[in-house]
Amino acid sequence: MTSTQAVDEIVRSEYEHGFVTEIESDTLPPGLDEGVVRAISARKGEPEFMTEWRLKAYRHWLTMPTPHWAAVHYPPIDYQAISYFSAPKRPEDAPKSLDEIDPALLETYEKLGIPIEEQKALAGIAVDAVFDSVSVATTFRESLAEAGVIFCAISEAVHDHPELIQKYLGSVVPHTDNYYAGLNAAVFSDGTFVYVPEGVRCPMELSTYFRINARNTGQFERTLIIAERGSYVSYLEGCTAPQRDENQLHAAVVELIAMDDAEIKYSTVQNWYPGDERGRGGIYNFVTKRGDCRGARSKISWTQVETGSAITWKYPSCILRGDDSVGEFYSVAVTKGRQQADTGTKMIHLGRNTRSTIVSKGISAGEGQQTYRGLVRISQRAAGARNHTQCDSLLIGDRCSANTIPYIEVKHPSANLEHEATTSKISEDQLFYCRSRGLTAEDAVSMIVNGFCKEVFNELPMEFAVEAQKLLSISLEGAVG
Amino acid sequence: MLSVNGLKAKVGETEILKGLDLEVKPGEIHAIMGPNGSGKSTFSHVLSGRDGYEVTGGSVLFEGQDLLDMEPEERAQAGVFLAFQYPVELPGVNNTYFLKAALNSIRKARGESELDAVTFMRLIKEKLKILHLDDSLLKRAVNSGFSGGEKKRNEIFQMALLEPKLAILDETDSGLDIDALRVVADGVNALRSPERSMIVVTHYQRLLDYIEPDHVHVLAKGRIIRSGGKELALELEEKGYGWVLEQEQAA
Ligand SMILES: Nc1ncnc2c1ncn2[C@@H]1O[C@H](COP(=O)(O)OP(=O)(O)OP(=O)(O)O)[C@@H](O)[C@H]1O
Ligand SMILES: [Mg+2]
Repeated sequence: MTSTQAVDEIVRSEYEHGFVTEIESDTLPPGLDEGVVRAISARKGEPEFMTEWRLKAYRHWLTMPTPHWAAVHYPPIDYQAISYFSAPKRPEDAPKSLDEIDPALLETYEKLGIPIEEQKALAGIAVDAVFDSVSVATTFRESLAEAGVIFCAISEAVHDHPELIQKYLGSVVPHTDNYYAGLNAAVFSDGTFVYVPEGVRCPMELSTYFRINARNTGQFERTLIIAERGSYVSYLEGCTAPQRDENQLHAAVVELIAMDDAEIKYSTVQNWYPGDERGRGGIYNFVTKRGDCRGARSKISWTQVETGSAITWKYPSCILRGDDSVGEFYSVAVTKGRQQADTGTKMIHLGRNTRSTIVSKGISAGEGQQTYRGLVRISQRAAGARNHTQCDSLLIGDRCSANTIPYIEVKHPSANLEHEATTSKISEDQLFYCRSRGLTAEDAVSMIVNGFCKEVFNELPMEFAVEAQKLLSISLEGAVG
Repeated sequence: MLSVNGLKAKVGETEILKGLDLEVKPGEIHAIMGPNGSGKSTFSHVLSGRDGYEVTGGSVLFEGQDLLDMEPEERAQAGVFLAFQYPVELPGVNNTYFLKAALNSIRKARGESELDAVTFMRLIKEKLKILHLDDSLLKRAVNSGFSGGEKKRNEIFQMALLEPKLAILDETDSGLDIDALRVVADGVNALRSPERSMIVVTHYQRLLDYIEPDHVHVLAKGRIIRSGGKELALELEEKGYGWVLEQEQAA
């Protein structure tokens, strides 16, 4: 076996989870017009202000041209062919037991060491109300409530905390921001709402997993996190296990707001279906994520590990408005097979002595294509601003590609910017060296890749880091070996 | 232990090994010498299964198994070890982690249990001492930023840890200062045993003062053209390769 072949084999790990067509119980017919927007709002029983908010976004969206990006390629999306509302599935339509689930998917769950009840939930099985995590979740909710932290579905927050929603929703990512943000504002399905009051250190890592009553958030997810003065919260999004979803287009919006001395740590592990070998059927992941360091000395960190999706378009960004505020972006993105990713970050320095750090690790294998696009903007007022950017690309095989495109705009002479970029390849020499020491080619690749990503994994909460490492190995390994 | 018969190998269109014969018995040390470009590294690589070489003839048996039929990692697991002429850097891969994974994969293949962290660390410290290597090496990435001499010593350190049955040392002495040469030779000698064989590729007689070979071979133009005892190395040192080549041509 030549080593190009060996590498190919590793790379050609098929996503072992096909799509299952589900019968929806309550779905609006495909298509989008004002009637549909009103219907979505009505079905969710939203107050008038919310309906108007959606309609305004919808009308603006109509005027926006569909975006074209240089670095990603996909057939035009027919927005009239998408169904914009589907109620949670009825239990009787869901698979009844793990026996009905693709055994290959279960094998991946095993490899990731996911408990059986959790496996069921991930696979979309109607789970019994008494299953462990419900009681766990209840306990968690109680201690959160004690601390005064609000952690609920955004649809709940619309009813229970309309003043917070009216004040903050769309204040970081307005519907005018971009095409997908506009679409999301008009039709968003559900998502997460977090409010941490002044001076409170959130007593636990918040993860979507415990947000049981907000399952099925659908393709247009919306997240809003507000950290009041001097508070701290760490939020974990996603799941290392392959997630099933019958919707191809995902256009989420995440808004973070940090007041004086507040800190938000937002960690993501994304493992959506990447499509088959030819890239068919994979998820298009067009996400707008932005954090607003509104207060002085506030801090927002984005850490992400992206291994899934057919197409990823995503730039978690920080607006460093408050003086001495800090923005961080740590990212690992993997593209293999026919996956395409155009990702990066934007650090907008508005306040004085604001600091930002960008560490981006891109791994490309097979025919994967990856572009890192990073913007660092230092405004006229941002005296003493500093940025450090490090972009490293690792290529596996010789049919993949990686580009790094830094955009730098400096309007203040005192700015201090450093940029480092490297591209390396897993060489045949390296593979042979490892193999001659008794390691399989797969172990060798996974070891080299994990070494390459170490700086980012160090930023993830401990448990998540271990999972992310496993995920990376599995996703480059040929999952069901 | 190792039996090479009429081995022929090509790189692209060029035939480099042209019918090489070599017989290595358990416990023996064989030195291979020969002019630059004669095929010594090629031979080492073919033995350890590196890609890019096409074996066009002959056979290689290792303990009765067809070595050429095995993947590189299977050869390592069976007890073949190559100390590289140019050790490869693995940035970001922690040395301890790498060694532990390598040792455990070999132990597993041998049907032995994996070593726990404590036992492993004890073992590794012991082996470090033999090679006079500093503990700090363990925290660094494999070969990354190592000096030339450190890389070579690290190869022998790995060998000490993995305890192969057949070790092939490809110019382990080149690039070593005099003290390091002695340390490496001591390390190698400490590993001599009736069950372990070695093939030592070198250009210099000096190494063979420290590591005494049972047999010395001259590899030229892809074949072993002369074999003898350790006195052959002395003769080569004195006269160069010219006379062997001439005699070969005359024959
Ligand atoms: N990948 C390759 N492509 C082309 N030629 C090669 C390749 N590898 C080896 N060769 C050639 O094969 C011949 C033998 O090379 P090899 O490295 O085995 O020599 P060597 O005996 O180890 O030499 P040295 O003493 O300089 O280390 C040389 O002529 C070399 O150029
Ligand atoms: Mg050589």
